[in-house]
Amino acid sequence: MGYVKGLKCRECGREYPVEPIYVCEFCFGPLEATYDYKGIKKVLTRKTIEKREKNLWRYKELLPIDGEPQVGLSSGYTPLLKADNLAKELGVKELYIKDDTVAHPTLSFKDRVVSVALTKAREFGFDTVACASTGNLAHSVSAHGARAGFRRFIFIPSTLEASKIVASLVYEPNLIAVDGNYDDVNRLCSEIANKYKWAFVNINIRPFYAEGSKTHGFEIIEQLGWKAPDSVVVPCASGSLLTKIWKGFKEFKEIGIIKGLETKVFAAQATGCSPISTAIKQGSDVIRPVKPNTIAKSLAIGNPADGFYATQVVRATGGYGEDVSDQEIIDAIKLLAKTEGVFAETAGGVTLACTWKLVETGKIARDETTVICITGNGLKTQEALNGHTSSPHYIKPNLSSFEEVLEKIDKGGK
Amino acid sequence: MAVKVRIPTPLQRLTQGQEEVDGTPGTVIALINDLDKRFPGMGERISEAGKIRRFVNIYVNEEDIRFLNAEETVVKDGDEVSIVPAIAGGAKQ
Repeated sequence: MGYVKGLKCRECGREYPVEPIYVCEFCFGPLEATYDYKGIKKVLTRKTIEKREKNLWRYKELLPIDGEPQVGLSSGYTPLLKADNLAKELGVKELYIKDDTVAHPTLSFKDRVVSVALTKAREFGFDTVACASTGNLAHSVSAHGARAGFRRFIFIPSTLEASKIVASLVYEPNLIAVDGNYDDVNRLCSEIANKYKWAFVNINIRPFYAEGSKTHGFEIIEQLGWKAPDSVVVPCASGSLLTKIWKGFKEFKEIGIIKGLETKVFAAQATGCSPISTAIKQGSDVIRPVKPNTIAKSLAIGNPADGFYATQVVRATGGYGEDVSDQEIIDAIKLLAKTEGVFAETAGGVTLACTWKLVETGKIARDETTVICITGNGLKTQEALNGHTSSPHYIKPNLSSFEEVLEKIDKGGK
Repeated sequence: MAVKVRIPTPLQRLTQGQEEVDGTPGTVIALINDLDKRFPGMGERISEAGKIRRFVNIYVNEEDIRFLNAEETVVKDGDEVSIVPAIAGGAKQ
């Protein structure tokens, strides 16, 4: 049925069967799905893909499932916007935004990975899905899991602000608030994953879950008219998304969907949590963990598990890493909104601000095609903009009061 | 008094089920090599060519040794060393 051959340790190469396991028993390295590309090449062509529904499963042969897709049948295939206004601001010729702010159903790229994780969880026979998360992942597991009829457990630190948990609670999962910090929650979850037969999407289902990120990359190539961009800028938390977008590009070349592939891959981080971009800038293979301090909370992983692999991809493709301050993040969120009408969460601000820096420093060429990966919706992190937007014009309910303001606005040239 | 070394579940097979064993003072890498003599196989699971494996985290008194002096971090009597396999993708915040 499917085209997955098995799982393989990225560190030592030991092979394992398709099971809900995630680390190599020998060296603790992460496991990754491997495929029968020769078989896929025979069935997956541009024409086949173009005939299919516009969702992330149009590339299903390159996703780690055995049967038919079961979750996320409306997820993926988000817009690729040609961002001419923004291109002008940045002084580049051709710029695109891959816009996962409108991902279905919970407005972030996590809807892609969770679609794949829950389909796989069902194939494995799990009836309960779980995750440790405070943000986008919690929302997506809660929502997708509700529709698919899974029992759901979402683990958070008990100190989390109430405003952040409403967007999970509305789907009525079992929300478990743990008396401890994020480390404690993670440690507990790995113990629970050992004891209970549950599908923790980012623990024991991770090798399958992570593959869902490739669809962000597949769509970029398809929507560019079946060609890879010259540069792609990807926000990094664990570094997984960056490595998977690149894996997706390489797979399209491997099965002959594209001929050439010379994309440079760039890593974007917040300066307050930049272990990956720092290692890239220093030319080092060692990711030094940091204690995060940034408004870009969805990227705040101080000890990124795929950081090493992300630096390898960046180096191998001739890309670079960049990082930006909280103020630069806010400015970029506003710039994206006012030029292209896209309201991104803080991670999107990180990606755009880094892109700008990379253009200014000549790392990204002005006369080439660049794609910026925008991975989540700004409505989720509105508090980041408190005090950073302009104020409304307050008027009396009469025409003259309005026209007084209008005159000021006209003079201001808006 | 010696150095207390906490052994993670996946490696307890090598220590005959002991969750905690005594280690010798000195550098972290010397301590690992010494453990390997007493519990054969331990060394290659944790380290490779004198370096701690990428997906193994080692804490001395709850501080990640990458914040200290890495493999050359010196441990003394009474210190506590924890060996913790990194959870792929896990967020340490």
